[in-house]
Amino acid sequence: MKLNGSEILIECLKEQGVDIVFGFPGGQAIIIYDALYKASNDIRHILTSHEQGASHAADGYARATGKVGVCIATSGPGATNLVTGIATAYMDSVPMVAITGQVPTNLLGKDSFQEVDITGITMPITKHNYIVKDVTKLADIVREAFVIAREGRPGPVLIDICKDVTAAVTDFEHKPLKTPGKKPVDVTPEQMGEAIRVINESKKPVILSGGGVSIAGANKEVLEFSEKAEIPVATSLMGLGSFPGDHELYTGMVGMHGTRTSNLAVSESDLFIAIGARFSDRIISNVSRFAPKAKIMHIDIDPAEIGKNISVHYPMVGDIKEILGTITDSIDKKKDTDWKRKIIGWKEEFPLKYIKDSNELKPQYIIERIYELTKGDAIITTEVGQNQIWAAQYYKYTKPRQFISSGGLGTMGYGLGACIGAQLGRPDKKVINIAGDGSFRMNLTEIATAVEYKVPIIVAILNNHVLGMVRQWQELFFGGRYSSTTIDRGTDFVALAEAFGAIGIKVTKPEEVDAAVTRALSSKDVPVVIDFEIDKDEKVFPIVPPGAPIYELIDE
Amino acid sequence: MKGDVAMAKHLLSVLVENHAGVLSRVSGLFSRRGFNIDSLAVGVTENPDISRMTIVVDGDEYVVEQVSKQLNKLIDVIKLKKLDRSESLSRELALIKVKATATTRAEIIQIVEIFRAKIVDVSKSTLTIEISGGTDKVAALEDMLKQFGIKEIVRTGTIAIERGNRIIKPNKNEEE
Repeated sequence: MKLNGSEILIECLKEQGVDIVFGFPGGQAIIIYDALYKASNDIRHILTSHEQGASHAADGYARATGKVGVCIATSGPGATNLVTGIATAYMDSVPMVAITGQVPTNLLGKDSFQEVDITGITMPITKHNYIVKDVTKLADIVREAFVIAREGRPGPVLIDICKDVTAAVTDFEHKPLKTPGKKPVDVTPEQMGEAIRVINESKKPVILSGGGVSIAGANKEVLEFSEKAEIPVATSLMGLGSFPGDHELYTGMVGMHGTRTSNLAVSESDLFIAIGARFSDRIISNVSRFAPKAKIMHIDIDPAEIGKNISVHYPMVGDIKEILGTITDSIDKKKDTDWKRKIIGWKEEFPLKYIKDSNELKPQYIIERIYELTKGDAIITTEVGQNQIWAAQYYKYTKPRQFISSGGLGTMGYGLGACIGAQLGRPDKKVINIAGDGSFRMNLTEIATAVEYKVPIIVAILNNHVLGMVRQWQELFFGGRYSSTTIDRGTDFVALAEAFGAIGIKVTKPEEVDAAVTRALSSKDVPVVIDFEIDKDEKVFPIVPPGAPIYELIDE
Repeated sequence: MKGDVAMAKHLLSVLVENHAGVLSRVSGLFSRRGFNIDSLAVGVTENPDISRMTIVVDGDEYVVEQVSKQLNKLIDVIKLKKLDRSESLSRELALIKVKATATTRAEIIQIVEIFRAKIVDVSKSTLTIEISGGTDKVAALEDMLKQFGIKEIVRTGTIAIERGNRIIKPNKNEEE
């Protein structure tokens, strides 16, 4: 059949099973939007307030569902507004396809109106990108983009389409979807034998379960491995939910805001097994004093991660699901080890703690109540800063894709868009964005989007009127010089929410928390913003000071 | 070259898709990861859809391993091989414009002959010399010509090929 480029794009999206896209139109994307209009029975378009919101929504959708998230913007500023969202997705290995309009081919390179070299700009933050100047190549490029976005270590792919290409007509035929090939495993029998031997011989092994475990859907394999050999499991921030948060072998997060148990276990361990994790500086802190007694085993699909940030003794590259299956089948079963007893002792001795106060509203208490009232079953998105770490520490995640947060890039303003995308992808779940007032301020216009599309998200603002994480650093490490971190601007978030057509609730006392959260949870098609008034001096603990080894953490 | 054994120049032969933007993907990767390129030469291969880059990387084993792994992640990189110096031939070509007067011209021509280089252009006050060879040979000629006054040097950067019957094919390293 004869179709124009925009219609071909839509047909290819349909081929890939895309039924929702997030975006914002503009001059160079107008023909694409015309095709979207005609295809509105098949593909739902969510019009956000800002392209950044669209990119975060596509990302949140992808993280919550495991499918490829799609966002669309016009050329120039539309495209550059996607950049933060694309970079966020890139750092956290999120499958995303970003589609941008571009000026017609005859105007390329002439500094035309709303022209920007978006493929040049996004080169370092995409797995791959394309500029399409020939309509006959468009269909295969779109198909290839989806394969690249989701295969191996996932990531964002950008397709920049010149306006004349979106109008040009050519022949189009549907092609059957390529079924994903078996993921490669590049582990020799010798490597596997060696790995099994060292696991059997180790007396104090520790597993770090990272975001790659959730991406690979290998959470069951990690659980079986850990239980068979009685190996305690810590997670990275990205790995939350990849191992049940209520399991006796779970030690909590490790690293800068890790639990004392995790950080001690890693520092004492004789074998450190990182699975689907990339040894970020937030985990290692001081590289020469990280896991000083341990041999390091690293299981990951991306060979470039092996040895990048730390020397690895036992590298294993490939699909972690398959590698772990083989390991678990072959290792010795262990029972009631001294190491496990020691870990459980530490957990009892060093729980996460905060000063409970019946008069003062504590952020940790709020998260604990949200956990209880949602029966641990909600999807939690976060902004970045203290809100993110409290949400990571005080909600017990038991399932992959339950905790959605900008781990690598640390994007303030990420959570609201992500929350909308996650809720649209998972209408069966309650999705709650844990926010700080600083982060919320950044992209709060997306409340209008949630209202418009009746997305019943809950935004829980932990409002301390300061940029809390930076302020905390200023207090601990910069002599209490609070440089530009006070944002006590008197914004009435309840009135603001209501102005957008959302429900706004103010909470100032601990005894009001349950009623507010319960009321919010009962809202079926109106988003709710809860403004929790908390103390500006409440801090995130534990914290490892910059440059210190992780066992030298500050508890209070 | 520095005396430090760990830091050395490594030769990478990389087959890439021959389309726009590939060079900037590769060079961008080097700059953002903080790797040093000593030289980079690119040209089409026997297959017009594929180009070959010869990259000389300055660094230790860690750097070369990271460079290779990161390059392999680029979709446009088809095949990458680190070349063993003793198992490969490397050449570069340089054009050297040197000051020449009636009195020095004969001596310059003599040096050029010793190096089996060529005079490719002449003017009243200059000679332009073409030399190809290993980096050391080019450097040696440059050194000999310095005394006459070098006005300009243009170098291609190193290109390299494996010795014997080995070739680097788009899919697998093979011997024929």
